[in-house]
Amino acid sequence: MTQALIYALTGAVLFMLGVRATLLRETLLPRLLALNVCGAGVFLIFVSLAYRGDSLPVDPVPHALVLTGLVVAISATALALALNRRLREMADE
Amino acid sequence: MNLTLLPDLLLAGMLIGLAWAVLNSDDLRRGVVLFIAFGLLLAIVWARLLAPDLALAEAAIGAGLSGALLLVALRDGSGGDQRSAKRSTLNRWLIDLFVLVMTCLIGWVLWLTIYAEPVERLAQLANAMLERSGVSNPVTAVLLNYRAYDTLLELVVVLAAVLGVLVVGRERRGYREPGPVFHGLVHWLVPLLIVTAGYLLWVGAHAPGGAFQAGATLAAAGIVLRLAGYDAAGLPDGRLLRWLLVAGTGVFLLLGLGMTVSGGGFLQYPEAWSGSLILVIEVAATASIAAALVLAYRGGRSDGWLLVDEKDKNREISS
Amino acid sequence: MLDLLALLLIFSGISFFFLGAIGLLRLPDLHARLHALTKADNLGLGLLIVGVALLHGSLLMAMKLLLIWLLALLASAASAHLISQYALRRNRS
Repeated sequence: MTQALIYALTGAVLFMLGVRATLLRETLLPRLLALNVCGAGVFLIFVSLAYRGDSLPVDPVPHALVLTGLVVAISATALALALNRRLREMADE
Repeated sequence: MNLTLLPDLLLAGMLIGLAWAVLNSDDLRRGVVLFIAFGLLLAIVWARLLAPDLALAEAAIGAGLSGALLLVALRDGSGGDQRSAKRSTLNRWLIDLFVLVMTCLIGWVLWLTIYAEPVERLAQLANAMLERSGVSNPVTAVLLNYRAYDTLLELVVVLAAVLGVLVVGRERRGYREPGPVFHGLVHWLVPLLIVTAGYLLWVGAHAPGGAFQAGATLAAAGIVLRLAGYDAAGLPDGRLLRWLLVAGTGVFLLLGLGMTVSGGGFLQYPEAWSGSLILVIEVAATASIAAALVLAYRGGRSDGWLLVDEKDKNREISS
Repeated sequence: MLDLLALLLIFSGISFFFLGAIGLLRLPDLHARLHALTKADNLGLGLLIVGVALLHGSLLMAMKLLLIWLLALLASAASAHLISQYALRRNRS
């Protein structure tokens, strides 16, 4: 139980660190990094809630959610990077 | 103080420290490299929390692919200006206060959740029904049987994102021919990555692995090919590429509709067939995910939006 | 007895990693750092893997671990080569 709490609290800290950096940074790429750290925090909270000690079987439902979440996160990152690139190219023209 | 908690505290502390370094480094390149390290550390944490499926996916996606994507974005030149937003001191204080209060609130809620009375959770149901799901890896069972609907929609999200990349992006310029050492490595690595992807796909039915991990590994093979100077990165052109991109969503949807027609509910597999149906869907999903991720790295089609722009210019000239 | 040997191997592997990390942080230039890092880590990983294989005691697992070590060797040799080549080229120009 204590392990789950440690990682869940770490997840909360990561999430809020990401929020803070999103608010403080101005350009897109650092903000994207911050959002990814936010996502990692959320995933960590999910997975730590699924963990119930080394002897009990873990809860597979949050694991599946996080697995899809990982792929969605990288797709969203890729789309944001593509939009950013197009914006810069338009600004240069 | 319980000594067995020491590794966990160490890992948690390193995660927070790395995240801080990622978010507060003034050099963006350094931030991205630290982010890759952060992803690898997270993969260790997943393994610690008995989530090997996630550890595999995180090592391939969180550390490998997103690192490659961010680095190539830096190469595009989108990293030049790393300014912090101009904010007054009061504003900064307020943001820090807000972050602190929110962290405490979330922490308190988590504390209550973890130490609350144990309630019946979906885990019991998921594990009890495992025999009837057609696979013996509970995570795959959740992904492609119990909650197949979610996974279908998730594939649609990936498809939508890659369509967005195709619409706005033009292919990045490729890399020049590498030296003999890297060339030799690529000739070993790419076939091995493809075999590994196939293995992960197959083993996902009863052990950690599955479509997402296999798709990410296959995408890594594509990215390695592109780095070695093969500009197409192993992707086909034109019509075949489009079929590849929609294969996951398409097969999933067609099979689901087929089940509705044959009497069951949408995506309600007949029990005797569920194992093979899951495998068919996973093969298609692997191909689509890999194609989407490689395409995102390549930055779009070779013609891209240029075609539209040319047309516009011609129109302007003629009018 | 076998467990003791395995533990010894694992600990010596870890100490090689530790030395490699110190080299990475303390050595003066890129080439020396790469040299310390790749050599120490390759040997450390090898020792670690032999130790873990002994602890696990199954041949299949030992083969899998050996494959991982070979891959890591290939990758670290190639990436060290690429990094130092890049640094050389940049210094020249």
